[in-house]
Amino acid sequence: MTAENFDFLFFTELIGMPVYDLKHRRIGRVKDAAIVPLINPSRVDRFLVGNGGAWLSIRYDQISSISIAAGIQLSNERLYPYHSDEYMLRIQRDLLDQQIIDVNGRKVVRVNDVTFEIRRDDRDSLSVLEVDVGVRSIFRRLVQGVMPSAFVRRVQKPIPPNSISWDFCNILEADPLRRLRLNISNEKLEKLHPADLADIMEELGPADREAIMGTIDSEVAAEALSEIDPKMQASILEALEPEVAADIVEEMSPDQAADALYDLADESAEEILEEMETEPLEDVRELLEYDEHTAGGMMNTEAIVLAEEMTLDQAMLKLRSHEDLLENTHLLFLSGAGGRITAAVPLARLFLADGSTQLKELAYERLISTRPAEKERRVTELFDKYNLLALPVLEDDGTLAGVITADDVITVLRKK
Amino acid sequence: MNNLLSRLKRHFMVFLAVLGPGFITAVVDNDSGGIYTYSQAGARWLYLPLWTLLPITIALIVTQEMCSRMGAVTGKGLSDLIREEFGLRVTFGIMLLLVLANFTNIVAEFAGVATALDLFGVSKYISVPLAAVLVWFLAVKGNYASVEKIFLFACVIYVAYVIAGFLVKPDWHEALITSVRPKLILDGGYITMLIAMVGTTIAPWMQFYLQAAVVEKGITAKEYRESRVEVIVGCVMTSVIAFFIIVACAGAYRGHPTDIKDASEAALAFKPFGQYAFLLFSAGLLNASVFAACILPLSTAYSVCEGLGFESGVSRSWKEAPIFYWLYTLLIVCGAGVVILPRFPMVEMILLSQVLNGMLLPFILIFMIVLVNKKGLMREWVNPPFYNAVAWVTAIVVIGMTLALTGISLRNPG
Repeated sequence: MTAENFDFLFFTELIGMPVYDLKHRRIGRVKDAAIVPLINPSRVDRFLVGNGGAWLSIRYDQISSISIAAGIQLSNERLYPYHSDEYMLRIQRDLLDQQIIDVNGRKVVRVNDVTFEIRRDDRDSLSVLEVDVGVRSIFRRLVQGVMPSAFVRRVQKPIPPNSISWDFCNILEADPLRRLRLNISNEKLEKLHPADLADIMEELGPADREAIMGTIDSEVAAEALSEIDPKMQASILEALEPEVAADIVEEMSPDQAADALYDLADESAEEILEEMETEPLEDVRELLEYDEHTAGGMMNTEAIVLAEEMTLDQAMLKLRSHEDLLENTHLLFLSGAGGRITAAVPLARLFLADGSTQLKELAYERLISTRPAEKERRVTELFDKYNLLALPVLEDDGTLAGVITADDVITVLRKK
Repeated sequence: MNNLLSRLKRHFMVFLAVLGPGFITAVVDNDSGGIYTYSQAGARWLYLPLWTLLPITIALIVTQEMCSRMGAVTGKGLSDLIREEFGLRVTFGIMLLLVLANFTNIVAEFAGVATALDLFGVSKYISVPLAAVLVWFLAVKGNYASVEKIFLFACVIYVAYVIAGFLVKPDWHEALITSVRPKLILDGGYITMLIAMVGTTIAPWMQFYLQAAVVEKGITAKEYRESRVEVIVGCVMTSVIAFFIIVACAGAYRGHPTDIKDASEAALAFKPFGQYAFLLFSAGLLNASVFAACILPLSTAYSVCEGLGFESGVSRSWKEAPIFYWLYTLLIVCGAGVVILPRFPMVEMILLSQVLNGMLLPFILIFMIVLVNKKGLMREWVNPPFYNAVAWVTAIVVIGMTLALTGISLRNPG
């Protein structure tokens, strides 16, 4: 690519650029530029030109050339006054100085400037290339309109650039109608790791936070939500429509759902619970009964319990039906008469054993367990003392109430 | 029963969680600048400045309330909002002013440390660098949160001012009358003192700090009511202490009003405590100065980085947020560095920093008023007319005083 057919322009340079008609009379200066994302996600579709008091709206196909030295040259004289258009994403008004999410860098950034590529086909057009953040673009903004562009470009050279490719930008828009008109989706965010998404969400204002939670896939929302600070979880859930909140809470594991609902006002929690499906609901309700700072409040109700006389082969068959639970499972529990838990088998031992081995033979010699009312502090001590990955919580009759896993303990310790 | 207990406990925790930003801001308000300004006001003008406390308290409540309301409703810091609504150039200008004002305040805090320990013969060449290192590490190594409660608790020392205020047997009759009878004197020194009193009580940095703290705590518009109570209680408490500092000093300097030149003169307010006077004054001032020195540089770095869009936060590494850390470190190093210059005029500079606070306040205040009246931002929480009136009057009065002061000093140079 040579310098002639590839070039770039900063928004700070576009603003104030003179616009000339066919007879080369200056008709005004550029005040803003807009993208119409429904038509094209990156092309500058309209140039808003100030002409005395009124603004003109110029379409991209009415322009023949764009350059820093010669300004904008029109190819067509039919100009229309600008009247606000809901389908426009205006760069100066809607993008500059606002926060967006850098999906690649996994952080919230503030837009200082925008870099366009000047496409030189049969006519010149602008296409958004990058969003600029950092010192270099701040410098450009500060001297914008005060120093000539060529000089600014030279002076800024030693400052390292800091830009985000337009493809990785997720624009924030809290108003659902406008989001639709501007074709803004939060799909890009769904590819983030839930923990990263949670960090991003903590940096945003409540309106944007709730907009994201309400629009992304509820499974992703649930995973991200359980990584967010508990107090903020409550305020997010409270702000969402109860049905939407219920969809998200359903996707959380029961213990995390209970944690999120603990901090909620009782009526709001009840509203959400009422919207929930029956199956996870029971577990969540049960967990909400326990004090937050006891084993009952820490544990998760989902666990795999197998009959103690099973062989490994039989167990494997059974495990296939519990596929969804396996990811977070470290221990299998064996039950005897009356559902009493008799032993625990570490999952890893299954790999090396013979198919006909009885599960009982693979179990730990001693079953270490606790009660739902046990204090949080005692539970963490048990994990430390016995180097546990998971700890069963047993009811008085010996049946399984739930399981505490190491990540629950880490959460508790981190809170202090 | 157990359930009830845990619910009560939860309510108490919610209350504690909300009883944070407004209260802490109010406590930090009586920093070294505050103590010296009020002491000077009492020592030089006796009971005369007392009338200002009532209007200042109302203005303080209104501004603090506006900030915490903006924080709760928008979930964004003040510099964020200024940036989004007024663009980069305006933000840059305000941030320059804020850094300037806050820097002089940081200098004042380190000067406070120096003067407090100087009473006990500790050289400032030892005390100030030590304090700077301590402050830097507390924030960066992340154990500030646990120390904050100690600072807060230590502020109980201020009660000594209240006791001293009674023990000096002040002229209560006059004190009460002057409290409600405004008196204006067209005198450079008097107007300077008035500006400093406004500036130290309603400091620009507090608005940024409070709003950021409200956002950080995740206080929402719904919980905001509790926050408002806390703001009001905090502000009233600040002013009550200011009242007693002035009364105690006025009592001590009755009959021979003096400009305060050093810590031992300001400590005279504690004369009724005899041999413990220096100890009390020194401990109170030291705690207040270190407390504020922990908050100010950090708050400044946060505000600037937020407004200009740089990464910020002590949870990030130096590499991830270089500008944040550099700014933070430079503010501390330079602030402490200035104080340990030989023959640095401590008390004069502390008082001057508060005058600067006062002069810059209207700029910040006007931006706040515009923001808090934007329907798009604040929805049904836009400013009620009474708040607008108080805020505008405050801004205009301070501008007026600044102009008057400029006029007076131009007419009588030197």
